[in-house]
Amino acid sequence: MAVNTVTGQAQCPECFADVTLTSVMQNEITQCPDCGADLEVTSLEPLTLALAPEEEEDWGE
Amino acid sequence: MRVGILYSRVRVEEKLLFEAFARRGVDLDLLDDQTLVFDITDVESHPYKDFDVIVERCINHSRALYSLKILNDQGVRTVNTAQVADICGNKLLTTSALAAAGVAQPRVLVAYTPESALKAIEELGYPVVLKPTVGSWGRLLSKVNDRDAAEAILEHKETLGSYHHSIFYIQEYVKKPGRDIRVFQVGPDTICAIYRTSPNWITNTARGGASSNCPITPEIADLCTRAARACGGGVVALDLFEDPDRGLLVNEVNYTMEFRNSIAPTGVDIPDRVVDFTLKVAKDGWAAANGWTDEGPHLTTVTLAEGASA
Repeated sequence: MAVNTVTGQAQCPECFADVTLTSVMQNEITQCPDCGADLEVTSLEPLTLALAPEEEEDWGE
Repeated sequence: MRVGILYSRVRVEEKLLFEAFARRGVDLDLLDDQTLVFDITDVESHPYKDFDVIVERCINHSRALYSLKILNDQGVRTVNTAQVADICGNKLLTTSALAAAGVAQPRVLVAYTPESALKAIEELGYPVVLKPTVGSWGRLLSKVNDRDAAEAILEHKETLGSYHHSIFYIQEYVKKPGRDIRVFQVGPDTICAIYRTSPNWITNTARGGASSNCPITPEIADLCTRAARACGGGVVALDLFEDPDRGLLVNEVNYTMEFRNSIAPTGVDIPDRVVDFTLKVAKDGWAAANGWTDEGPHLTTVTLAEGASA
């Protein structure tokens, strides 16, 4: 399976800024340059961002 | 060669690994732990039998541990192994394995009740550090400076935490010189290290510690190679304390290491070295990739991972 990447813009769900994304993958974690929120790429078509999940119960290492 | 990578999210580290494998012409199979389903009873025709090796990059310790256990039992080679994840994912098991191998480390006492824990704390002498047995990024570490604080924290842990918070892991406080050393060990090679400097007693870079290059000395290489073997080998990041009297002490061994802040200061292509090791595991097996002339340490582990933090 090839690694699919996409370049484009998506809206930050926290501050609604337009975020430019370069060669991002599905599930990639990135940060909004405006508000600093941690974001996850939840879709490549269309390019969509969601707030990255908080640390879960035993997230570690 | 068929190589898989088991992951939770694509952080900087995962992306660097994807790119490093791509540079070697390896077409990775991406295994998202949020969507995969294991048929753990199917050992004959499971979908991973054709893989030469699978690299584990889960964020969640339980998912990593169980996935590796299933894969290893199904005969699939992994980096790291379930044994390494089991030992390194639990500070108590790490300390016990290092002690059995004679690796220098801070003194640690274990107790199961607030009363016996208080006794243990006073035996070590203040300050001490209380740690959850499972967890990372320096979360829920407590530096206990006096008896009042000890009584309060022990009561809070027993009342507010899960059962695993009543396994009291009590470490002596090492008066380190405002920094610790994070060392990257890949199989038999100690490839690079950074100093993590912080005015705070917790020096994790995830908590704001600054990183700078630390030259690998023969002493660091010997200590880390022995410590990694004691924990089952593989790709690990070790945290060392510099004790003014006893020299270097191994504080922790981490098995799904983050390395984004260490490539620039060390100048070492860490993901590329991980790829080297992974391909060697696929080709020659775990013991050979670790440079062991025997099968490696005979370790027995017990899993106490579930629900052990938060």
